[in-house]
Amino acid sequence: MSEAGLQAGTLWLREITRFCRQRSRVIGSFLQPLVFWVLLGAGLKASFRPAGMPAGIDYFQYLYPGFIVLVLLFTAIFATISTVEDRREGFLQSVLVAPISRTTIVMGQALGGTTLAWVPSCIFLVLAPFAGISLGAGAAFFAALIMAIIAFALTCIGLTIAWKIESTQGFHAIMNLILIPIWLLSGAFWPIDGAPALLRWTMRLNPLTYGMAALRESLYAGNRGEMGSLPSMALSLAIAIAFAIATFALAARTARRAAAY
Amino acid sequence: MGSTTPAVEIVGLSFSYGARVALSDLGFTIARGEIFGLLGPNGGGKTTLFKLISTLVPLRQGDARILGFDLRNDTIALRRRLGVVFQHPSVDGKLTVAENLAHQGRLYGISGARLRERSAAMLEQLGLTVRAGDLVETLSGGLKRRVELAKSLLHEPDLLVLDEPSTGLDPTARREFLNYLTDLRDRQGVTIVLTTHHMEEAERCDRIGVLHQGRLVAIAPPPELKSRVGGDVVAIYAREPEALQKKIAARMQVTAVLVDGTLRVERPRGHEFVRDVVEAFGDEIESVTFGKPTLEDVFVHLTGHRFHAGAAEDVG
Repeated sequence: MSEAGLQAGTLWLREITRFCRQRSRVIGSFLQPLVFWVLLGAGLKASFRPAGMPAGIDYFQYLYPGFIVLVLLFTAIFATISTVEDRREGFLQSVLVAPISRTTIVMGQALGGTTLAWVPSCIFLVLAPFAGISLGAGAAFFAALIMAIIAFALTCIGLTIAWKIESTQGFHAIMNLILIPIWLLSGAFWPIDGAPALLRWTMRLNPLTYGMAALRESLYAGNRGEMGSLPSMALSLAIAIAFAIATFALAARTARRAAAY
Repeated sequence: MGSTTPAVEIVGLSFSYGARVALSDLGFTIARGEIFGLLGPNGGGKTTLFKLISTLVPLRQGDARILGFDLRNDTIALRRRLGVVFQHPSVDGKLTVAENLAHQGRLYGISGARLRERSAAMLEQLGLTVRAGDLVETLSGGLKRRVELAKSLLHEPDLLVLDEPSTGLDPTARREFLNYLTDLRDRQGVTIVLTTHHMEEAERCDRIGVLHQGRLVAIAPPPELKSRVGGDVVAIYAREPEALQKKIAARMQVTAVLVDGTLRVERPRGHEFVRDVVEAFGDEIESVTFGKPTLEDVFVHLTGHRFHAGAAEDVG
């Protein structure tokens, strides 16, 4: 294995090991979005039907991919908080003086965060039948792949912020101002079509919208009629991948420029 | 080890945090195999110098070659030969001792059989073998320090840099730690550079550099530094030190220096001066101490300040 691979690999392994030893994190990262989905979905299903919804889909089903992305978002946030803690508690010092580039450090952290976000979201995927969605093995695999791409991008946004700021308190504030709105405006809660013009444009400019669209399409696969007017799969995938690459480049650049406190 | 270039060569090095000057125009050399102490009170600049030498902070002004590597351009190559022990723990408490070492090894490109062999050797050397499977957060402070040291030595560095290594250690553990460092130098020729504000630690170094307000005010072996103080050191504690200072000058023609409320006199045959001063001003004196100069006296002699006055915290 190349040295950079070994280095990124050990950072990845450490994230996983730590996560598994903090049981409350494991449970919390998965249960929180599940509870939100069940309550919101069940509560709003009967009385709420946003404009522009695809035909043949109820609100519970519509929210399902949105909450998969919320699982990814929450766990990506938790994972990147560990970067802030590593800096505060001193662990990162010894990584910074090791013969490893900052880009490799960020790659290890990003892969760790991505894995930690992706595994619980795959458990969520198993619940598809409860949302009235029947998934074949191929569709499930494809959906999981898209989820990994989204997880990577979200983790990299988190890392960019984590390398810039010093306290976990500041981190929460920034997360709520940046990541939650990105999620809200990605088509998780309402379809683009029914939104007012200004919001529609904001949603079209939001890169996460395309990852969300790709995931939605992969889940409703084969039922083109249920899509409404989502962007095409090719465009959605291309933008989702480009977004992941761009956020990684941004995180790596931020890390390279960060002062070693 | 096997190389003739000095371990550390620093020329015209300065460093500022914004407008605050932390180090100004330092220049010195540390030989291979030396145990070198950077002594100074907190805020004197020694931690900044540690951060520069350990490649944590980039060099901006001046030149430095560490183990022959240019500190500005060859940092990755230098890091392979450099071991660093931080003042604040860098171990991961949620990992076991063995996992911490394995992680460290892989960061330095060590894996497989060689990693197992090096980890086992370090665990053995530092008496950690029986605790290898324990989470680091369950270890005592002294043991945690040993894990830090094991971590920093895993890749067999030529130069070991330590920032306040005895922070949080009790005197016995501190002595053991210093014994280990001396042993490491003697057996493996590892050059050791440590920052300290403990006189006891500084005494154990081959040479010390005294840092005060970002300047190197002296650099020499501890005995030589002590010989710079003129003979014995007499410290006089009085209720009205300023008045007494004038009286001593008038009647005995001796200059006593007032340092933070204490009158200090450096002179040969100090015991005779103690007798004379107590006979003359017994009523005004609360206590007198007399002794051979310590490094603390050296610091006062060099800077006119007491070492621990104004120091933010002194552990141990």
